[in-house]
Amino acid sequence: MSDIEERVKKIVVEHLGVEEAKIQSDSKFIDDLGADSLDTVELVMAFEEEFGCEIPDDAAEKIVTLKDAVTYLTANSN
Amino acid sequence: MFEDRKLLVTGGTGTIGNSICQYFNNNGCEEIYSTTTNLDKVKSDQKYINFKEINLNNIENLDLDEIFEFDIDYLVLNAGLNRDNIFLRMSSDDWNSVINVNLNSSFHLLKHFTKKMVKKRFGRIVFISSVVAHTGNPGQVNYTTSKAAISGMVKSLALELSTRNITVNSVAPGFIQSNMTDKLSDDQKNSILDRIPMKKLGDSNDIAKAVGFLCSENANYITGQTLHVNGGLALI
Repeated sequence: MSDIEERVKKIVVEHLGVEEAKIQSDSKFIDDLGADSLDTVELVMAFEEEFGCEIPDDAAEKIVTLKDAVTYLTANSN
Repeated sequence: MFEDRKLLVTGGTGTIGNSICQYFNNNGCEEIYSTTTNLDKVKSDQKYINFKEINLNNIENLDLDEIFEFDIDYLVLNAGLNRDNIFLRMSSDDWNSVINVNLNSSFHLLKHFTKKMVKKRFGRIVFISSVVAHTGNPGQVNYTTSKAAISGMVKSLALELSTRNITVNSVAPGFIQSNMTDKLSDDQKNSILDRIPMKKLGDSNDIAKAVGFLCSENANYITGQTLHVNGGLALI
């Protein structure tokens, strides 16, 4: 597991209160992990804070799984 | 009542905005921010308020992260503008500036501050609406439209934010003795007084207290509502 994936997973576990073992890279935050729409906004804010980058709204809307987040942050974080 | 909480009231140099700031200051709120179009309007007894000089008509082009680098607990969207004329003579400028200041500025300020409130899981948002949003008023098509739109905003936002302990309400003043009603002629004032069951104009402190109530712990379970403060002028 990449360092980025590990940090993203930690945020998801902490924020959504789900067991780490239940998170697959293609798990959808809303459909599979019980997030509501505001949770997804909060997750993006937490990613921004952790990775020191700004995720614009149009990109944020496309981040629906762990994998989406890791892919975006790998390409865009410092 | 408001100890350790932070407040932003837009339009704090107006009569109602000033009373709201004073009420919160008198009740323990130590960090009070406000906006004004011109810092010269700030009175000497308003030194306890941190004013930001911004033009809400132009808010779309401002960097709100830079201007409002702080988070807040209470947001009171009070700034308002009227440019009255009969509809057939109303210019696009008069329409646009009223909609921009009274309605669109709230969209931008809310986008900025609600994110922080969601994160904190606390927020009290109060819009200042108007009785005429609910009754209509000739000569104020722009103003009444901007204020009526707030009703929809209050309800939808209340539903979206309720799981995060953020309440969204509005206070709808009737005719309040203020810089806005000072512009009315005596004839206009008398005809208004005839229609008010309490036979007097409201005081801006009446509005401040209603806002204070909606921000206080007494109103923790109230959201999506409009509180009418109008001396019985319109029973809605």
